[in-house]
Amino acid sequence: MLQTDWNTVFPLLTVATTAGFVLLLAMVGRVGTLRRDIGPAAAVLSVLGLAVSAGMTLWQWFSFPRGFDPDTFSGLLRVDRFAIFFNLLLCAGAVLCILLSSRLTGKLKTFAGEYYALIVLAVFGMMVMVNTTDLVVLLVGLETMSLAVYVLVGIRRHDQRGSEAAAKYFLIGAFASGFLVYGIALTYGIAGSTRMEQIAVALADSGGMPGAGKVALAGLGLVLVGLFFKVSAVPFHMWVPDAYEGAPLPVTTFMAVAVKAAAFAVLARLLVIGFHPLAHHWLPVLWALAVATMTLGNLAAIFQGSIKRMLAYSSIAHAGYLLVALASLSPEPGLAVQQRVLLSLLYYLVVYTLMNVGAFGVLIYLERGGRPMETLEQVRGTGYGYPVLGAAMAVFMFSLAGIPPTGGFMGKFYVFTAAIDRGLVWLAVIGVLNSAVSAYYYLRVTVQMYMRESEKSLPRIPFSIPLALALTVCFLGIFYLGVSPAGLLEAAGRAVEQATGMVILK
Amino acid sequence: MIELSELLLLSAVLFVLGVVGFIIRRNILIMFMSVELMLNSAGLVLVAFSNKLGTMDPQVFAVFVIALAAAEAAVGLAIIVALFRGRESVNIDEMRLLKW
Repeated sequence: MLQTDWNTVFPLLTVATTAGFVLLLAMVGRVGTLRRDIGPAAAVLSVLGLAVSAGMTLWQWFSFPRGFDPDTFSGLLRVDRFAIFFNLLLCAGAVLCILLSSRLTGKLKTFAGEYYALIVLAVFGMMVMVNTTDLVVLLVGLETMSLAVYVLVGIRRHDQRGSEAAAKYFLIGAFASGFLVYGIALTYGIAGSTRMEQIAVALADSGGMPGAGKVALAGLGLVLVGLFFKVSAVPFHMWVPDAYEGAPLPVTTFMAVAVKAAAFAVLARLLVIGFHPLAHHWLPVLWALAVATMTLGNLAAIFQGSIKRMLAYSSIAHAGYLLVALASLSPEPGLAVQQRVLLSLLYYLVVYTLMNVGAFGVLIYLERGGRPMETLEQVRGTGYGYPVLGAAMAVFMFSLAGIPPTGGFMGKFYVFTAAIDRGLVWLAVIGVLNSAVSAYYYLRVTVQMYMRESEKSLPRIPFSIPLALALTVCFLGIFYLGVSPAGLLEAAGRAVEQATGMVILK
Repeated sequence: MIELSELLLLSAVLFVLGVVGFIIRRNILIMFMSVELMLNSAGLVLVAFSNKLGTMDPQVFAVFVIALAAAEAAVGLAIIVALFRGRESVNIDEMRLLKW
């Protein structure tokens, strides 16, 4: 019987409804004499919808689990604190990206409404992904998100680079979901269920059919390959620089921040719950991938002349640090060890969201009259021309490089500590060495902004309230998390209690 | 009666054909068709297990996969059309605006 507690799904429904209303608004704006720019209205509506959803999510957090039933839709959705944590993070990330989009939609004009609707729809897909422990629902959420983001990448239809990036991203994305679907199908065959808990049970006693072990391993491998594409782990990363560079900057921000957070949430859940009995098989793979992802991301970032592309490689490198966290998961079924690891993952993802939105936000702010501000030459001397923006960019770069007292330092600290606690000292050492390498290219941006003269005189940049708001939030957030991490740590701790609390522990 | 292993083997062959096609073909449309082949091989696995386990659940799942493939085709073909309008070609080797 279908049992539904509507309080549980209210945040999801709000987001979906918001997308519908924004689309409606876009249509109204195009009707005959009413023809006017609905961009700002659509932005306000989207932010309102996401804020209502976030508010409801907060209520769920504080009333958990008395106020509502965490398992709903016959167990297809699971709204535990882990999911609620990510719902909040995704809503916040999307709101920040919408704040960054005001100039882009000013240029898009007729597509402004659709642009915001697609962002909200993508958030809906992500929320479905993180709110479930069922592989089919996960797949549907993942595709909802991906399809919206493919279109967002190519939203500048007449821009050759945009459509090329969209085509590449789409092809690789579809290829990846091919792997994922096939993997899920094989896993279903072994477990006889698409629920992660039951998959874990079935994998744990791998008697059953002859050859079941091999099919299970194939399923595991294919599912992981599909997800590695999404989190941009080396060697499944080749689409990242192209897609990030060709997309408009606010969309790049959205992809780097929200899409990655959702993909890591899903990966974490899958590894901790569903595929945990096979930990001995996937742990070495994660070790190797973490090392390759960090190293290749950082080395390639050094040689980039475009800051946008540099940040794309840097996001690959950060995926590597996040994989270090996952690679420190313990093969032993035990709550305490896993919690420590997941805690560092959640903390890092929050910090990562703030510093990436900040760094991309400064680049967006520096854009003038459609002239992109993307290469190192173009930002030369801007530090003195625009002191506030220069200072903000310096802080974001310090944070990305992991220099105290910024949040980026605390994030790396927790991730590498988790690795050391697990006895993976070598992995932590490689991670720290990589951070040292990354400092070179992050600080180079600051050097270009402050220590070189600009060739031309710098024009005034018009003040933009939404952009300034987003940058202020990121700026303050990074310092707050760097100086007093306790609050977020406690919240993340309570989130992961729930994530792992449901695991079948033997 | 067809054995489960035979069906799985057939689907694996289809899947590998899809992967190989995606990698070696240079026309975006054909690459996309290869992806569809991969999705359909997954559908075959599901139907095979449905037969073996005697339950209809995987068949529902297979319908989901078909719906996803349709949605993907709608968006993907639109992107490919936008790309073709700009450069009169759908050859992946000619997509060189973005590299390194």
